[in-house]
Amino acid sequence: MSVPTLFLLGASHQTAPLELREKLALAGDKLAALHGELQSLAGLSEFAVLNTCNRVEIYGVAAQAEAVARLQAALCALNQMDATVFEQIRIELHDRPAIQHLLEVAAGIDSQMVGETEILGQVKDAYAAAQTRGTTGPVLNRVFQKTFQAAKHVRTHTAIGEGQISVASVAVDLAVKIFGDLRRCRVLVLGAGEIGEKTARAFKSRAVGEMAVTSRRLQRAEDLARAFATRAIPFERVAEALPDFDIAVCSTAAPQAVVTRAMAASAMRRRAVRPLFLIDLAMPRNIDPGVADLPNVFLYNLDDLAKIAEENLALRQAETERVRALLAEKAEALWRQVEPRIGGNHTEG
Amino acid sequence: MTFLGLGDRTWLWLASACYLTGFVLGTVALLRDRRHSRLAMYAIVATGFILQTLGLYLRGHAVKGCPIGNMFEIFQFTAWSAISLYLVIGATFRLSLLGYFTSCLSAILTLVSLVTPGWDATRRINAFGNTAWVELHAALALFSYGVFALLALASGMYLLQTYSLKHKRLHGLFSFLPSILELDHISVRLLVAGVVLMTWSLGIGSIHWLQDLSSVDTPKLLTAGVWLAYLLALILRLGRKLDSQRLAWACLALFAAALLSLGPVNASRHPVPPDVPPPASKP
Repeated sequence: MSVPTLFLLGASHQTAPLELREKLALAGDKLAALHGELQSLAGLSEFAVLNTCNRVEIYGVAAQAEAVARLQAALCALNQMDATVFEQIRIELHDRPAIQHLLEVAAGIDSQMVGETEILGQVKDAYAAAQTRGTTGPVLNRVFQKTFQAAKHVRTHTAIGEGQISVASVAVDLAVKIFGDLRRCRVLVLGAGEIGEKTARAFKSRAVGEMAVTSRRLQRAEDLARAFATRAIPFERVAEALPDFDIAVCSTAAPQAVVTRAMAASAMRRRAVRPLFLIDLAMPRNIDPGVADLPNVFLYNLDDLAKIAEENLALRQAETERVRALLAEKAEALWRQVEPRIGGNHTEG
Repeated sequence: MTFLGLGDRTWLWLASACYLTGFVLGTVALLRDRRHSRLAMYAIVATGFILQTLGLYLRGHAVKGCPIGNMFEIFQFTAWSAISLYLVIGATFRLSLLGYFTSCLSAILTLVSLVTPGWDATRRINAFGNTAWVELHAALALFSYGVFALLALASGMYLLQTYSLKHKRLHGLFSFLPSILELDHISVRLLVAGVVLMTWSLGIGSIHWLQDLSSVDTPKLLTAGVWLAYLLALILRLGRKLDSQRLAWACLALFAAALLSLGPVNASRHPVPPDVPPPASKP
């Protein structure tokens, strides 16, 4: 006998390779078209579509299981995907397990980068879009609102979001450990390497007090300075300017050290008691490793930052089981609340 | 004198239990790699402070003066001073882990004083006679020791954070430490506060000593030496001749020296009245 059900149907990076995810992605008009089809789909009373680069998931309430099958057919037709192919990558969950899945997605433990926060925003956007289109009802409203609370709870009460997992963010985190408030810090960006630029952007996004850019090619420095809405300084003036900066991000293509020990020692004499944070993202290295011996100078190279990012990711992964157990309790409680609203007789499974 | 039927030492034991609770809970959180609640830690330490204030008040009534007449009372008063300052600094600067380390230090100071029976075997009733200025001098000096205790904690935290960042060991306890610059700023402020208080204390004391030069003995010179060392550290730091790391080491060493000087200072004070019976407030 077919009973009303809360369901999830879709695919994610956990089940589908990139090529299939690309095919399944609801880019541009496809999402609107899917919404249009689902709104007229018989037996589907509520739905919301979560569409990100790593997943396409449809959460809904169906009067009968057949409605889910019809939804799958509509999704495959829209994406011109063979039903047998979709079935190999399909995630289909019902009732409490569907809630548990949504909670895990929103908490970031189902993400490629475990513990990332962007997904919560994407789930919120998906819910807001569904609300705007009027496709949510008492069940999904309750489920999504409680999901946001649960995601916030695990982020506050577990270490799932602790420690940065990208090189640029790790560098910013370290700067906070040294200087506290970055709004009074001055950052010098040496070179225009890709990772250096990303790190500079990360600092800029944290509203550092001042930023300056230098490159062996002045034109490149000026371009970068324009991009960051800051000033460029001639490369020859690095030694002279270094004492005025708290943080130096190096990513030049120079074959030898750009910041020598003597240069750093001289800078520290002028800086007196303020620390100096040197970030060497270049290969070969741009900063003489000997500067690390100087008091109050903190030197991190690309390997150091990558190692910290890996350690942080490992810590987050170790935390997932605890988070999963915590979310299982919340899924159970939430299921008890919404089950009467769905109607029908459900057996746990 | 008792309150709710409990004597001073009982209240001081309860305060000590609070500090110990803060320390244990903080340790458990750190071992589990969790950040303890700063608010919870603040509440536990504040409760301990209230209980300790009550205990010291009862003791003060019993000894008819500021309760700094024997080693037990001196340690209690020093811990109380450090805690009272933490309650102000902790609320203002929100330094992570400072509450944990303060509760740890206070638990040690108060428990050691409570479990060492010899330190409280005799109590000096009206230890400072009618010379209120001398009593004020002693109280201020001990309060400055409390400030220096907190300074030693901040210095220790600074050195831990520096070690962590230099050696790239960033997890566990290290991940919860405040930034180097915050710790440095707070250390300098505490150093200024401690030196000002101690200068005030010695200034008051010197009026009394100048009237009776024969009273200037080795322990007093020791105290003056501690003050001079802290003053020197402050001058060098403000003149940027002493970097933050050396300042931190100096503050740790000076606090150890200051604690060691308490024994001789206490022993040198007015002779203990023979066999002064403990006041009835002792439970």
